[in-house]
Amino acid sequence: MAGIPHDHYEPKTGVEKWLHERLPVVALVYDVLMLPTPKNLNWMWIWGIVLTFCLGLQIVTGIILVMHYTPHVDLAFDSVEHIMRDVNGGWAFRYLHANGASLFFIAVYAHIFRGLYYGSYKAPREITWIIGMLIYLMMMATGFLGYVLPWGQMSFWGATVITGLFGAIPGVGSILQEWLLGGPAVDNATLNRFFSLHYLLPFVIVGLVAIHIWAFHTTGNNNPTGVEVRRKSKAEAAKDTVPFWPYYVIKDLFALVVILIIFMAIVGFMPNYLGHPDNYVPANALSTPAHIVPEWYYLPFYAILRAITFDIWFLEAKFLGVLAMFGSIAVMALAPWTDTSPVRSGRYRPTFKIAFWVLGFNFMFLMWMGAQNPDTVLLGLKISTWSLIGTIYWFGYFLVILPVLGWTEKTLPVPETIEADFDAHYPPKSGSAK
Amino acid sequence: MSEDNGNRRDFLYVATAGTGAVIGGAAVWPMINQMNPSADVQALSSIEVDVSGVEPGTQITVKWRGKPVFIRRRTAEEIAAARAVTLDELPDDAARNANATPAAGETEAFAVDANRTLDADGEWLVMMGVCTHLGCVPLGDAGDFGGWFCPCHGSHYDTAGRIRKGPAPENLPVPVASFIDANTIRLG
Repeated sequence: MAGIPHDHYEPKTGVEKWLHERLPVVALVYDVLMLPTPKNLNWMWIWGIVLTFCLGLQIVTGIILVMHYTPHVDLAFDSVEHIMRDVNGGWAFRYLHANGASLFFIAVYAHIFRGLYYGSYKAPREITWIIGMLIYLMMMATGFLGYVLPWGQMSFWGATVITGLFGAIPGVGSILQEWLLGGPAVDNATLNRFFSLHYLLPFVIVGLVAIHIWAFHTTGNNNPTGVEVRRKSKAEAAKDTVPFWPYYVIKDLFALVVILIIFMAIVGFMPNYLGHPDNYVPANALSTPAHIVPEWYYLPFYAILRAITFDIWFLEAKFLGVLAMFGSIAVMALAPWTDTSPVRSGRYRPTFKIAFWVLGFNFMFLMWMGAQNPDTVLLGLKISTWSLIGTIYWFGYFLVILPVLGWTEKTLPVPETIEADFDAHYPPKSGSAK
Repeated sequence: MSEDNGNRRDFLYVATAGTGAVIGGAAVWPMINQMNPSADVQALSSIEVDVSGVEPGTQITVKWRGKPVFIRRRTAEEIAAARAVTLDELPDDAARNANATPAAGETEAFAVDANRTLDADGEWLVMMGVCTHLGCVPLGDAGDFGGWFCPCHGSHYDTAGRIRKGPAPENLPVPVASFIDANTIRLG
């Protein structure tokens, strides 16, 4: 593996040599686990492990649920109730799966905003960032497809609204929508194909995660200083890093345990807190719930979708909303090229810090607004107007603030090396860094 | 190597790539096409509805091609309210009626009330119960114009099912429909 110099696996016994010459799988595992990792990583670097755990949890609980679920419009809702009431431990697997999706998205948002703050997306980690954005898109698609499967009212109407987005595309929209649905409306054909794709996409995500890890193992991890690990020699690199095993494995597992305590408390005591009661009403094509709300993790983008209420030239508001929603993720993927600052980490960028925290607040604000009625009035303005302001800031951050700050901002001095920064925080002779 | 051989090699490359593209397309198309509506879904394209029990001022909702269809028998007041509206008050001035034909000299049918209803008297209004914004089912006898109101994003439709206020871009569409006898409407 390219990148930071470190010790590689050397087969010693005859058996090891025999295997290594035929399939160097032990070397692969060794190199992945012994990766030199910056020794100054803070707690925001734990989310990768949490995300990997979530992917495994969702696949395992998902495979179990499929053993008892029936993808048919007449049976799907009842089969989910069958899982909840009759299948041994079925309720636990379903609640783990449903809340596991929420944990997955909490972790991915923390992971993404970590990357935005510390400039992890900047050269040479653009590919890692782009693959990460693809994983995030796949997660959104998988989550949406899965939410349709219980065939409750929110499943049905969520599917109707979201596939309606594709119908908004000028020209081919209605043909595309009918093709996606397999008929004129959401029905059995839709449920079956969503089930098929909901089972497929997690394995696509597994493949993308492997590439994501491969990419950042090639470049090395970013770290809170944004300063690269020195890599002229093994000895020099060792001053800036510690091996992933055992140091970060133990740290990450500890963090995972703390998070799982909270997660299991939610699964055990308030499993429906993040769900919507309307999804315990069987799907009915002739009656719309009074208030269609997506799952919490889509709300910021749902708010952006609804923020566009006016036509521009020949483009209808409905289609512009769809463009804005997908565009809001596209501009985030472009951050490696729109951010012109030579300083990677936000820690040394005072003005950037303000813009970043406004972005974080804006994200939470959009999330809140996504669940509100667009005509509700807040401080004299309609929610749809506030959403438009939030949308403008979101695009402005990536397309205007990041490039302009790179040219105008006076940054703070950046430490020479990771070791220097680390020693400044934990002086080598003091008791705390023994 | 002579010039002839080079041309021959180029031809083989292009022919192989071309054949590969055609075979690839031929293999991929069925995989795409299988997701289009199947024969049994398409077979449900026409139904007959008994409307003998529908009194003026009431409506029924039937499911046709997986979607709700509103069949409303309008009162004289509703008809009068719909006919009092002029075209320039409408966000969408197109009839959106599969049964309407443009008047002589016009290229499209406009959303005047007469172009929205099934009968000349304007008593029967048949239309898809699907909001043209994002596909929710509007509620009847509701909204600022005495017609329909979509609870999802707040679109108001009048007593002829025409969009008047809110994010929906178009009038509720009128499907292919006709009276096959005094009490029966055929949809599709």
